[in-house]
Amino acid sequence: MFQRFVRTLLYSFKSLLLHKLRAGLAVLGILIGVTAVIWLVALGEGVSYQAQQQIKELGATNIILKSVKPSASSSSGRSFIVEYGLTREDYDRILEGVPTIERAVPMREITSTVRAGTREADVNLIGCTAAWFDINSLSGARGRILTDRDIEERQNIAVIAAETAESLFGYEDPLGKTIEIAANNRVDVYLVVGQTKSRMPSASIGSSLEGRDYNQDVYIPLSTFRSRIGDQVVTSRTGSMEGELVELSQITVTVGDLSQVDDASDIIEILLEKYHGSKGDFSVTIPMELLKQAEMLRMMFNVLLVVIAGISLFVGGIGIMNIMLATVTERTREIGVRRAMGASQTDIIEQFLAETMVLSGLGGIAGVVCGFLCRPANFGVLWVIENWLPEIWRSLPPTIQQLQPIIAPWSIIAAFCISVGVGVVFGLYPARRAALMDPIEALRHE
Amino acid sequence: MELAGQIDDLHKYYYLGNQVVKALRGVTAEFPGGDFVAIMGSSGSGKSTLLNVLGGLDRPTSGRYVIAGNDVSTLTDHELSAIRNKLIGFIFQSYNLISQFTVLENIRMPLSYRPDRPPMTREDIDWCTELALQVGLGDRLDHRPHQLSGGQQQRVAIARALVNGPAIILADEPTGNLDSSTSAEIIEILNRLNAEGRTIIMVTHEPEIAREAKRQIYMKDGLIAGDGIFPG
Ligand SMILES: Nc1ncnc2c1ncn2[C@@H]1O[C@H](COP(=O)(O)OP(=O)(O)OP(=O)(O)O)[C@@H](O)[C@H]1O
Ligand SMILES: [Mg+2]
Repeated sequence: MFQRFVRTLLYSFKSLLLHKLRAGLAVLGILIGVTAVIWLVALGEGVSYQAQQQIKELGATNIILKSVKPSASSSSGRSFIVEYGLTREDYDRILEGVPTIERAVPMREITSTVRAGTREADVNLIGCTAAWFDINSLSGARGRILTDRDIEERQNIAVIAAETAESLFGYEDPLGKTIEIAANNRVDVYLVVGQTKSRMPSASIGSSLEGRDYNQDVYIPLSTFRSRIGDQVVTSRTGSMEGELVELSQITVTVGDLSQVDDASDIIEILLEKYHGSKGDFSVTIPMELLKQAEMLRMMFNVLLVVIAGISLFVGGIGIMNIMLATVTERTREIGVRRAMGASQTDIIEQFLAETMVLSGLGGIAGVVCGFLCRPANFGVLWVIENWLPEIWRSLPPTIQQLQPIIAPWSIIAAFCISVGVGVVFGLYPARRAALMDPIEALRHE
Repeated sequence: MELAGQIDDLHKYYYLGNQVVKALRGVTAEFPGGDFVAIMGSSGSGKSTLLNVLGGLDRPTSGRYVIAGNDVSTLTDHELSAIRNKLIGFIFQSYNLISQFTVLENIRMPLSYRPDRPPMTREDIDWCTELALQVGLGDRLDHRPHQLSGGQQQRVAIARALVNGPAIILADEPTGNLDSSTSAEIIEILNRLNAEGRTIIMVTHEPEIAREAKRQIYMKDGLIAGDGIFPG
């Protein structure tokens, strides 16, 4: 049975060789369709992989709470100081109120100017605890990172990020040097105890979470932040004064298990709403929800791509059908002879179906081979844009610049099966036409 | 003697629009096994039509046709195809070889439609070579039809018709495209096959060729006008 199948395919191949160009064009049609499926899916997977990585970096078991400055109209009083956001009481209430909580990491952040000797850098000044480094995958490149003891001792020490170190100290070792941090119109001197490794900035995810550049940070103990700078931060900007009173900029809550995220976030939202009312001065971001949304989006994207690619396969199928119809007409006499020699209608159907399957199968295999060229092709295109069209390159979003297509195994299998399926479907009509021909008419055909 | 085939009041009509062409109008005949029949008659008298029905390539509009004990009207396409394959060898005026196949491939083609479609074996190939040898083409196995003369092509067609060892050979003007000496060679082969015990039914226009057969049937306007043993 199998042997016979192989034999039929071999014969089909042989008779297709009689019209190489024609067969080649039919194969090309399928090839393009199959390649399109694989490439489009690979690009889609690549994009969504990036998004998922970013979300996973946030931690799927995390719930991220941020202080949000209310819009100007709703700011209370005539005071130029706006009081808003998460409080230390919120922090304590969350720790007590959420039973599944593993930890909550508080953080306070302002923008500030830091000086070392004559050099100066605009930085994000972050008051944090030891866990901050952990949840953001920050590790030390030199010296050490902040520890629990630093929080207790409330000393003027700082860990600086890679770019901050470079702009303040060039390529000198910053360890043991001092920096001056200006805030609230006073300047404090801090001892640099460590420097973090540089880290890819996280891109923004949808509209719910802005990206974060970890390379221009200065980290000091949260307790030091509170005693040296305080909750109220005033900045003078071109004459006018602006101020905010914020206890905590962010609290990152971690629960033990994925299944606890939903409940925990509900409790937190209820808790916070009770004390913040309708001020709208905080936001809750749930990476797991984002992950689900991204997954949804990816699926929808894939469906769309498969539809597009399916259309091109359909067109390829029409090409095959066209060629098979021509072949059948051309070989009418041969069909008559075979019928006279004892071929049944089924035999004739098999013969022509095998030919279409060889055509579409070859197209499928060639398409899969071209499918694997997706990465080099993508790399080549990006390289050309980066080196020859730098203007266009700069205007591309980082998602595209760093795009790495991921070839999905299922897309290869699906594309190949669909191509053979297309061959069968589009070959059926010409084959049936051949089989139903009147043998005598066929024999008489010129 | 056992009957190779029997036809009874056979009609074959072609419907062209509202016009009816009556190619056969009630033909009755018997073909004993081992017979050698020449069918003669003017052009359009229904000779080819009769032969196609006898070969199971065409189905009559009405009437009975029994071949080797099977009533053709009750057979499915598959069964009828099997009978064509096993029992009947066709030889055509225009040879009808498959042009992209070699001599050997043409000869062995009917083997691929044997019952249950068994794969080709070494013995099968040897047998095809042997047949080519018998018709005098042992040195042309790898040639293609267009590299052969008409007589040679017809011999290939005869070898192809013989490959499944058919009991009946149907030949529609097998010498129609050949000169007289080549025709004589073909007829000699047919005579030999008849001597082996095969039934041969042959359509021809040439009386000298028809004379070689044991029996002649004359057709006129879709009917048998005369049936006789030669010389008689
Ligand atoms: N497919 C067909 N459709 C319509 N009419 C047909 C068809 N085949 C044959 N005929 C008609 O049937 C009649 C008999 O044809 P047939 O081919 O049997 O003649 P023949 O005796 O073999 O003639 P020739 O000696 O020229 O080969 C003719 O009138 C022919 O026109
Ligand atoms: Mg005729």
